[in-house]
Amino acid sequence: MEVFLQTLVAGILKGGLYALIGIGMTLIMGVMGIINLAHGQMMMVAMYVTYVFFHYMGLDPYITLLISMPALFLLGVLIQKFLLNPLMKVESILPENQVLMTVGIGMVLTEVARFIFTSNYLSVKTSYSTAAWHWGGISFSVALCIAFVFACLLTVILFWFLIKTDLGRSIRAVSQDGEAAQLMGINSERIKVITMGIGAGLVAAAGTLLLPIYYLFPDIGGPFTRRAFIITILGGLGSTVGAILGGVSLGLAEAFGSTYVGMEYEDLIGMMIFVLVLLFLPGGFKRLTKV
Amino acid sequence: MTFMKRNTAPLIVLLLLIAFPWIVQDSYYQHLMILVLMWVAIGSGWNLISGYTGQVLFGAAAFFGMGAYTAALLLNKLDISAWWGLPLGAVLSVALAFPFGWISFRLRGPYFALVTLALNEIMRHVATIWESLTEGMVGLLVMQTFVSKVPYYYIALALAVLSIVGVDLVMRSRWGYYFVSIREDQDAAESMGINTVRYKMVSLCLSALLIGLAGALYTNYMGFIDPKVVFSLHDISIMAILVGIVGGVATVYGPAVGAFIMVAVQEIFRSAGFGLFPYLSKATGWAWMATVTKYVSEAHVLSFGLLVVIVILYLPNGVTGDWSNLTRRLLFRKRETA
Repeated sequence: MEVFLQTLVAGILKGGLYALIGIGMTLIMGVMGIINLAHGQMMMVAMYVTYVFFHYMGLDPYITLLISMPALFLLGVLIQKFLLNPLMKVESILPENQVLMTVGIGMVLTEVARFIFTSNYLSVKTSYSTAAWHWGGISFSVALCIAFVFACLLTVILFWFLIKTDLGRSIRAVSQDGEAAQLMGINSERIKVITMGIGAGLVAAAGTLLLPIYYLFPDIGGPFTRRAFIITILGGLGSTVGAILGGVSLGLAEAFGSTYVGMEYEDLIGMMIFVLVLLFLPGGFKRLTKV
Repeated sequence: MTFMKRNTAPLIVLLLLIAFPWIVQDSYYQHLMILVLMWVAIGSGWNLISGYTGQVLFGAAAFFGMGAYTAALLLNKLDISAWWGLPLGAVLSVALAFPFGWISFRLRGPYFALVTLALNEIMRHVATIWESLTEGMVGLLVMQTFVSKVPYYYIALALAVLSIVGVDLVMRSRWGYYFVSIREDQDAAESMGINTVRYKMVSLCLSALLIGLAGALYTNYMGFIDPKVVFSLHDISIMAILVGIVGGVATVYGPAVGAFIMVAVQEIFRSAGFGLFPYLSKATGWAWMATVTKYVSEAHVLSFGLLVVIVILYLPNGVTGDWSNLTRRLLFRKRETA
């Protein structure tokens, strides 16, 4: 029973971070209608930013949030403005060239990171990295708990932003119907640029929060991109609430899988869920609430 | 006569390719040409499902690895010549494509692309974890049949010709028109009475057949496979996409052009400019030259990424598709500088 509860706790805490990754992806998905296959790689960049500030300036990773999030926001804006938006005007037979473009961007980001930092594993060791609270025989990793709280906080702020502010409303409008939104006087290209920035900023937060308990190397982006799209499909495309549910379920599935089936199956389980969802619940959790 | 007239250039290229092993005796260049021919087959397969039918395949490596592992396992487990892997690997690739297509063709556009990506990952994990069958990361060894590269060259050439002629024939047939109509507008195709799921399936199975054949040939030729090599996302799946789009999406000869360009690019970086950079650094003795050499030889994945970005932005229909555009631009620039 204790093992079960421990796994449950670990899964939910990890799921909070996954939700943060998934929300960024699903926002981009909703507004642009494309799957950002460079999502994990953006997270990797944020982790390196955090690492650099920790290693050379001794900044605490949680303070670095204030640097890594704007930095990645900028990166997302630049990518959207100079690489993805121009693609709308390019005439091509291949319909999925935007998705392909994100794959290319992801490869470039990974390899540039490898040039600068080599392939060595790096980690950020803080005083709370290995600390844990104990409560009734179950341990709560301090860093994961803090990350979970931050993730919840950011999600709430995002929801407030999307529901209450003018810009947030514009984003939701473009996401629902791009052409109609444009007719209502919304500059949809600008909205796309901002959304990409927000998505990148959110995944940057996830990366920075994850770093104290994780390790870092250039290829780390790939697995997280995969997780991000599994979460997005699981939650329902373009649904932010779905992304939270999807993130937590993936966290739980991975935790239970690695406890009860075996560590090496962790990645495979996510993929199996992905295929099963597509088979039996196309549309994800979003569909359950609507139908 | 019209056949000869229409196909003059390809026939000349074919004659040159047949004569190639006699002209160039160097086994290194023969090796490169074998790779090019293998990529022609993979690129043609990718082009059929993605270029013509419009269902972008991100997981060519799944079928490639299926063919490769079939050939290697035949020898290692059943003690049958790995050459039987060519027919059997192709059959098993199709056998993988069939249920996969049945599951995933209800998805469209980017979602289909994602599922193929997932298939690639699943296959790699299975090949890694199922150690009792596949030896996991240790990999499988197959003794090469021939010492000389020439027999492999002709087998690869036969495969490449088969794939190009095959794709050409299919695209001239009724099926070809179905494929293109599905790419242009799936709903319209459906309402015209085309069973879109069936013809997407036909297209995927033909692709898997070609890619699986290439995989089995790879095992026989290279003599060693492991999950990281044959199920590689970057080196197989993305490379297949690049071969397709650099050469020209939805053109018969595009994959051939693309395969040549991409293998050349890969090799230029891997061997640091065919040994030019190491030679320069030795000849000049400059320290920074050695650093440049090191970086260039590490940059081949980076070059792939940059190529994806540049090609999609400026050459969306590939060298073949944008040929007139390309020549016009280059000629225009020449006139400007003169």
